[in-house]
Amino acid sequence: MLGYILRRILAVIPVMLLVAVFVFLLLRLTPGDPAAIIAGDMATPAQLERIREAMGLNQPLHIQFVTWLGQLLRGDLGVSLISNTPVASMIADRIGPTFAIAILTILMSVAMAVPMGVLAAWKHRSGADYAVMTFSVLGFSVPVFVIGYIFILIFSLKLGWFPVQGYTPISRGLGAFLSNAFLPALTLSTIYIALIARMTRANMLEVLGEDYIRTARAKGAPERTVLFRHALKNAAVPILTVIGTGFALLIGGVVVTETVFNIPGIGRLTVDAILARDYPVIQAMILLTSFLYVLVNLLIDLSYSFFDPRIRY
Amino acid sequence: MLFKTRNFDGAPVALQARNLTVSLPETPGNPQVLKGIDVTIRQGETVCLVGESGSGKSVTSLAIMGLLPQALKVATGSITLQGQDLLPLSQAQMRQLRAARVAMIFQEPMTALNPVLRVGDQIMEVMELHTDLPVAERRARARAIMEQVHLPDVDRIFRSYPHQLSGGQRQRIMIAMALVLEPVLLIADEPTTALDVTTQKQILSLIDELQQKHGTAVLFITHDMGVVAEIADTVYVMKHGEIVEHGPIETLLRQPRAEYTRKLLSAVPSLSPRAARAVADNTVLRVESLNKIYGGGGILKKLPQAHAAKDVTFTLPRGRTLGIVGESGSGKSTVARCIMRLIDPTSGRIMLDGTDIADLSRRALRPHRQKLQVVFQDPMRSLNPRWTIAESLIEGPLNYGTPRREALAEAARLMGVVGLPQDALARYPHQFSGGQRQRIAIARAVMMRPDVLVADEAVSALDVSVQAQVLDLLDQLQRDLGIAIVFITHDLRVAAQICDEVIVMQRGAVVEHGPADRVLSTPAHSYTRALIDAAPGRFWDFHNFRELPKVNHAEPA
Amino acid sequence: MSPVPPPTSAMQPVLRALRLPQFGWGSKIAALVLAVIVVLTLLAQWIAPHDPLAMNPLARLKGPIEGHPLGTDNFGRDIFSRVLIGGQLSLIIGIATAVVSVLIGLVIGMVAGFFRTADAIIMRMMDALMAIPSILLAIALVALNGPSVGSVIAAITIPEIPRVVRLVRAVVLAAREEPYVEAAIALGTSMPKILVRHLVPNTLAPLIVQGTYILASAILTEAILSFLGAGVSTETPTWGNIMAEGRMFFRIKPELILYPGLALSLCILSINLLGDAARDMLDPRLKKRAG
Repeated sequence: MLGYILRRILAVIPVMLLVAVFVFLLLRLTPGDPAAIIAGDMATPAQLERIREAMGLNQPLHIQFVTWLGQLLRGDLGVSLISNTPVASMIADRIGPTFAIAILTILMSVAMAVPMGVLAAWKHRSGADYAVMTFSVLGFSVPVFVIGYIFILIFSLKLGWFPVQGYTPISRGLGAFLSNAFLPALTLSTIYIALIARMTRANMLEVLGEDYIRTARAKGAPERTVLFRHALKNAAVPILTVIGTGFALLIGGVVVTETVFNIPGIGRLTVDAILARDYPVIQAMILLTSFLYVLVNLLIDLSYSFFDPRIRY
Repeated sequence: MLFKTRNFDGAPVALQARNLTVSLPETPGNPQVLKGIDVTIRQGETVCLVGESGSGKSVTSLAIMGLLPQALKVATGSITLQGQDLLPLSQAQMRQLRAARVAMIFQEPMTALNPVLRVGDQIMEVMELHTDLPVAERRARARAIMEQVHLPDVDRIFRSYPHQLSGGQRQRIMIAMALVLEPVLLIADEPTTALDVTTQKQILSLIDELQQKHGTAVLFITHDMGVVAEIADTVYVMKHGEIVEHGPIETLLRQPRAEYTRKLLSAVPSLSPRAARAVADNTVLRVESLNKIYGGGGILKKLPQAHAAKDVTFTLPRGRTLGIVGESGSGKSTVARCIMRLIDPTSGRIMLDGTDIADLSRRALRPHRQKLQVVFQDPMRSLNPRWTIAESLIEGPLNYGTPRREALAEAARLMGVVGLPQDALARYPHQFSGGQRQRIAIARAVMMRPDVLVADEAVSALDVSVQAQVLDLLDQLQRDLGIAIVFITHDLRVAAQICDEVIVMQRGAVVEHGPADRVLSTPAHSYTRALIDAAPGRFWDFHNFRELPKVNHAEPA
Repeated sequence: MSPVPPPTSAMQPVLRALRLPQFGWGSKIAALVLAVIVVLTLLAQWIAPHDPLAMNPLARLKGPIEGHPLGTDNFGRDIFSRVLIGGQLSLIIGIATAVVSVLIGLVIGMVAGFFRTADAIIMRMMDALMAIPSILLAIALVALNGPSVGSVIAAITIPEIPRVVRLVRAVVLAAREEPYVEAAIALGTSMPKILVRHLVPNTLAPLIVQGTYILASAILTEAILSFLGAGVSTETPTWGNIMAEGRMFFRIKPELILYPGLALSLCILSINLLGDAARDMLDPRLKKRAG
């Protein structure tokens, strides 16, 4: 088992390395002088030189890459062109709210989406099924910021249940945290729920047609047992997979949601960086979130064998 | 004693279906799938329901279990279990009945067990659902029934997952699960069809043994007349949702009354080999020391090697048929695929018309391809579903420069040869039955005027009556065109009918090789003998409604 | 097609009218809505009552008034006209993204599915590309290449490619194992010909479905990019840009976000519904289950 985990981890390294190469080349392969691109049209020669210096753009490509990779491995994500502070510490300052809301979102999504998908598959072609399917198509179709504004409009402005915007850290009490974090998490959940519910339904439908489900029924098992003991565990692996790949949607959603709800997380940091053309911050965010994505999917990969003994260590 | 001759007239009735009609109420015209059938099963009796695909035999079993798919509904009739009418029962009442009083085992042991639960737990679940026994007692009983179905190493298997067990072991688990609560009736729906013959024999005798021990009534559903001859007390023959004939096994096999029964029995290929044909001396295919080794390598973990074909050697003269028989995993298909060069042999020579094609590159191989054609097992997948039959048939000839018009004319001619109408050319594969598609696949191969035809389980997916027709077609083509055939099959009966020479393979190696009549009537190797012994109904000449005149090898003890 | 199960509740007839899985009412309505949106945006130049760029300081942030059916924005521009015109670029970006990513993905996927040697390398690269969150990748690409329409299309297209590659590769790998492909090899059909005649047609149906989903998601991504300030330049009205400008006035005039949001959502919803219907129709497994 240890060998398996080791092999999976080793298999992740080339992917991470390729991500690093892509991110590195993103700037360098863009036509034109990278420094000019970053600095914008109004830059003075002195500014350009400062950027070249800061980002090591004066050296040959392969040396740049090795230097850059070395810095990465030491946790050095570069320096912001605007505030001149290390990007790593900027991210560390802002990651708390993002992390808390992301966790809340994942918990809420899975808790709602899986039962929805199971119900829809069990009552295939019933009202409940169509309701779940309608919700999930809607979740894919309405942009996350529109959902956010509609929630604010209804729950904050009209009903006054939640504050309109802002953030309270969890250290100031769970209630205070939730009153700020619930709406953003709900907003962020919609597309995730749509995705997971849809996947759960599709896989449950497939599993419910399998021979061993017929066997379970022939044993006299009640529907609850058939659904949860026999079917859901068999449908678990693809559902887990989509939770993992959906993590990318979550990251995109975080950037938007934090803007809508004015939450001081790394999503807002990214948007501010876009507006200020602070490329080192954007680049660091891409790297960080990509590595997180790979890591989350590695963990999910490792959890497969817990649900399906055929996936062997 | 050939057949079971027990008499059950005095035994209490376990299950009775009367005038049972099942229909598809939501399909226009409300077609009937079962048309008023009557079946009676008495305690301790084995009733076989036999019929070809689409006869309604499985629907009958699902109707009894109350597990009909949603689209199917019981229209009229009654099903009574020990005098209790089942049809008015609620879903909850039916659930209590299942496994406790009526149990069922299915065709595919590979898929009928839940892959993510331990098999011991799956057996215990039956007791959990239907009894109040404490866990320790449930565990003890699960182990006891596992002993009864003769599973080795019960401790280990109890904790195993289905994928860690063989097909035979899984089917034993299914039987254990079905019988643990001592039901009145056991329904077995093609329980041995997916198994190798030697495993099939063991499972059949296990069902027999447990039935006698517990006095269970058994409803055994099968398409295989050989299995029927082995296991039935009483036989019901079904066709298109009707019972065409029923009666005690021996009477039915000796004096079938219905025309359909006679036809069905006559279609069963005889185990007695065909008369040997004169040996031709113009060799068209010679395989020498063919080896195929899979696996090895692997970057971070040494992968196990599998020697799928070991030193296979044979020669095949023009116009003759060589059978390669063996059970699953014997390597027979590997040999076929190597000869076709669909996979590359590890070593050895494949001499086709004097050229060694074993090592030729794809490009160098091309000119030789047309001499070597193939027919696969699955008629559903062997034709491109998007192409008309004409397009499929002329694909090969066009590759070798035959003008389109000429190829189409030849395709039209061959449609007649394989017994399909001319307008078949403009149609698509899904518009044909399995047997018809197999004829088309044969026609496509014949279009190339091959010297050698490799038939890889080419009739295994077909009903016996269709199977007989396709075998006849192959025979006729061989006589007319002098094609040599390599016939891969797991079915000794089919091999006996069509082969001049037979190779018996086991775990990649050839264990016996010789003329068909010699190998099948006086086998030299113990494995060949075991295969023949396991062939169900081998003592009976179905075609002539009588015993086989002589049985050349010893009866099993 | 499959028989419809008998109604089990009073809601059934209503819900059945909305049935999503097949070309029932739902997809017909979706097709109609999409057709209306496409026609309106195509003819926007002639339909729009006002120049979408014309400002009117005297009529800022008005509700529906004479001549402005949806009111005006903070510069006094006609919202209705802007939403109509804004659809043009959103649709163009969506369609271009769908077409380009499907074509590039098809070629790369074919290569990966057919050449074992290239497969490992290509798929690792696709894994890496998929690991980069698509919004962030698009943001970076636009940030580097400037806010032109072309760079936005490229920015949305690149993250979509790996999904197409995976799909095509999976279909090719599955089809390679089909006996009819092996029979074609036995018939002496050359590899390129097998690829084009037997394998490519297998990918068409799933690619059409995937293409519709990409179209929907590209329109959505364009809106998000614009909303975040990383889309096409803000002077050009697109649905995303109109909404981005409305952000600041959200409390006093939420319509600035809601109207373009509604147009965008209806458009994407219709495309998604049609995609689902196409998928269900083309999925042989679902057909089998229904039959």
